[in-house]
Amino acid sequence: MSKPKDRATGEKSVRSILMAGVGGQGILRASDILCEVMIRTGLDVKKSEVHGMAQRGGCVTSHVRYGTCVHSPIAKKGDVGILIAFEKMEALRYLDYLRAEGIAIVNDTEIYPPAVNLGEARYPDDILTLLPLPPASVKMVRAQEMGVRAGNPRTENIVLLGVLSRYLTLEPSVWDEVLKVSFPAKLVDANLTAFHLGRVA
Amino acid sequence: MKNRKLMSGNEAIARGAYECGVRFASGYPGTPSTEIMESFARYPGVYAEWCPNEKVGLECAIGAALAGTKAMAVMKHVGVNVAADPLFTVSYTGTNGALVIITADDPSLHSSQNEQDNRNYAKFAKIPMLEPADSAEAYAFIKIAFALSAQFDTPVFLRTTTRVSHSKSIVEIADPLPVEDTTQIRFNAPKYVMVPAMARLRRIEVEKRMQALRAFAETFPENRAEINRTDVGVITAGIPYHYAKDVFPDYSYLKLGMVHPIPEKAIRDFADRIDRLFVIEELDPFLEEQIRAMGIPVTGKDAFPYTNEFDPGVVERAMRTDPVEDPAYVPPVVPPRPPNLCPGCPHRGLFYVLGKLKVFAAGDIGCYTLSFMKPLEGLHACICMGASIGMAHGMSKALGEKGKGKVVGVIGDSTFIHSGITPLLNAAYNRSDCVFIICDNRTTAMTGMQEHPATGFTLQGQSAKALDFERLAEALGIDQVRVIDPYDIRQTRAVIREELARSGPSLIVSRRACALFRRAAGPPQKPLRVDPGKCIGCRTCLGLGCPPISWRKFSDQAPDQIVKNTKKQDGNAVIDPQLCNGCTVCQQLCKAGAIVAGEE
Repeated sequence: MSKPKDRATGEKSVRSILMAGVGGQGILRASDILCEVMIRTGLDVKKSEVHGMAQRGGCVTSHVRYGTCVHSPIAKKGDVGILIAFEKMEALRYLDYLRAEGIAIVNDTEIYPPAVNLGEARYPDDILTLLPLPPASVKMVRAQEMGVRAGNPRTENIVLLGVLSRYLTLEPSVWDEVLKVSFPAKLVDANLTAFHLGRVA
Repeated sequence: MKNRKLMSGNEAIARGAYECGVRFASGYPGTPSTEIMESFARYPGVYAEWCPNEKVGLECAIGAALAGTKAMAVMKHVGVNVAADPLFTVSYTGTNGALVIITADDPSLHSSQNEQDNRNYAKFAKIPMLEPADSAEAYAFIKIAFALSAQFDTPVFLRTTTRVSHSKSIVEIADPLPVEDTTQIRFNAPKYVMVPAMARLRRIEVEKRMQALRAFAETFPENRAEINRTDVGVITAGIPYHYAKDVFPDYSYLKLGMVHPIPEKAIRDFADRIDRLFVIEELDPFLEEQIRAMGIPVTGKDAFPYTNEFDPGVVERAMRTDPVEDPAYVPPVVPPRPPNLCPGCPHRGLFYVLGKLKVFAAGDIGCYTLSFMKPLEGLHACICMGASIGMAHGMSKALGEKGKGKVVGVIGDSTFIHSGITPLLNAAYNRSDCVFIICDNRTTAMTGMQEHPATGFTLQGQSAKALDFERLAEALGIDQVRVIDPYDIRQTRAVIREELARSGPSLIVSRRACALFRRAAGPPQKPLRVDPGKCIGCRTCLGLGCPPISWRKFSDQAPDQIVKNTKKQDGNAVIDPQLCNGCTVCQQLCKAGAIVAGEE
């Protein structure tokens, strides 16, 4: 396995990751785990999301910013190194946060918003062609399938963390360490498997 | 390492309060403040309670402080409006122990009905206010707030915003201080009986206290000048400090930890060293107006927006003189994803019926407020907690005969307890002709399942008396009280129609536990499915706006898959079994009998 370069780095000492998806997809848990790994690596970390009404089927985003000294817990538009779309269409919605040389990790899953369910709006047909990124900057992942293979479809979020981990220079052993204490004992194995399936995807 | 924790601002406040010996907290849930009470309540040896509303919450905290302890009242920004009555006078009495009021403001109205800037309350009520910028400061400032309260015999405000409350950053926590019991009954009528003669004297004490606090502010270490480049300087407080530091790390800063009262001399000293001065603050020009009144020219709201929260990009655009580059990518327009009632939400059946009955439903604050949206369109006004009942009553009085059977007031269970009881009493007393409906989902759902006086449990998990809405309504003088199950559409429609046709006020309790509230709702039922052999494509089920139900056009289906049951049919409904919780409301509406239980 050749390790991709840390594409989030750029020249900046503070870097940003943006997770975007739909309420109930486990985004907040995933970003908590990511932050804990970073803290154990000795980095300064801030993360931000808004709870409340967004939980009721609305969009959920989590900004994670890390480096030697982090000020703002939210990234500005055009400054995110890695955008992880837990739902395909959300990759498009938050595209303006991505740096020119940033990458998008896109979960190949569709969750229809109400207007699409009612037949009043169309779900975009081909997200890949709508993403104006160089093909090498887009990583499509079938996280749900891999979650099922890991033994629990709800580990989709952890599969995506596994994919993300390849783009970051964080010790794999620290990921394992944090994952082991992030779940009740009976769910640890499925989540570890999910993470490693994502990591080699 | 062990003591470095990733904490939200809310968790950090709870931790700081616990460590410095706070053992009493009261409040009412409200985004973005809710997790302060929830995390505080879990520490050993503390007492914490959910109150019916913020006014009661503050009054309990005032009493606890009067008994000599450190007490905390916790609320969201609009909660302070409810608590404003005791607030303005406890400023006169001061506290015997220590009292901190936490106001969690919501710039951008992420989960609120307005965007009020509660720094104005500090000035208005003459109460000092601290404002942290991140979790580490939230943790430190709550301790300072309690120390100031004791030192100056004053209630102290701690103001957060959604971004501070809900962002997580690293906090170095410590062990809690040993707690001494400082409580006892002390009689001091001149200080605590606010009749005019004594309040006039306390009024003078308030001004003396503010003078002392102004002097304190000049040397308060959390009013911190960071002198770097002096061509541009920034005066700011709270989260905008971090946004500015992010994009302009080289400028000089005067970061105010205390936003009321402000340190005039420190501001003048800072301004003297700076060529161009900016004031960066979300919402109102609270600091800016005071600094301008000192005769210091600043750039503030002439460059920065009045509305919404900022981010580093907003600050950069407002301050940069050279053009700011646009983001590299422009997102295409994609369908919006508004918040929606959950699958199987008990509000759905009720508001479907109200929408179809074409009545005016004065609504209230809660998940059910979302019923104003298409396709339900069953709620037509929302002002504040408890407003629906009074509004409906007032509307029907104004409309007279025209309004008969056309106006209802709809309110949640927790919201009714918060501030719906007195307007219901008013409706009984003043011979209302309205139908009032309590959407009783057995919990405070919108903020995440908090207990309330009708759930039978307290914040700290003890069993409690459960308020009986039917008996309460009867005691208030509402003669007609009905109970319906909003999962039963026929009954819901029939009872509402009957009550609309009657004279006099009536109360309908629409009782069904929130679908996500497992303790009361139990596990979900088996998902339903659409039998394509029976679906006639009438779209009635889509009128519920239930997330699992979607429309599949025939033009998007493989020709050999299409089952056409009527001539004009151009598609059929499908139900996502992963999302459906089997509430059967859609099944009751389907005239074709196409929504069925069980596997294909």
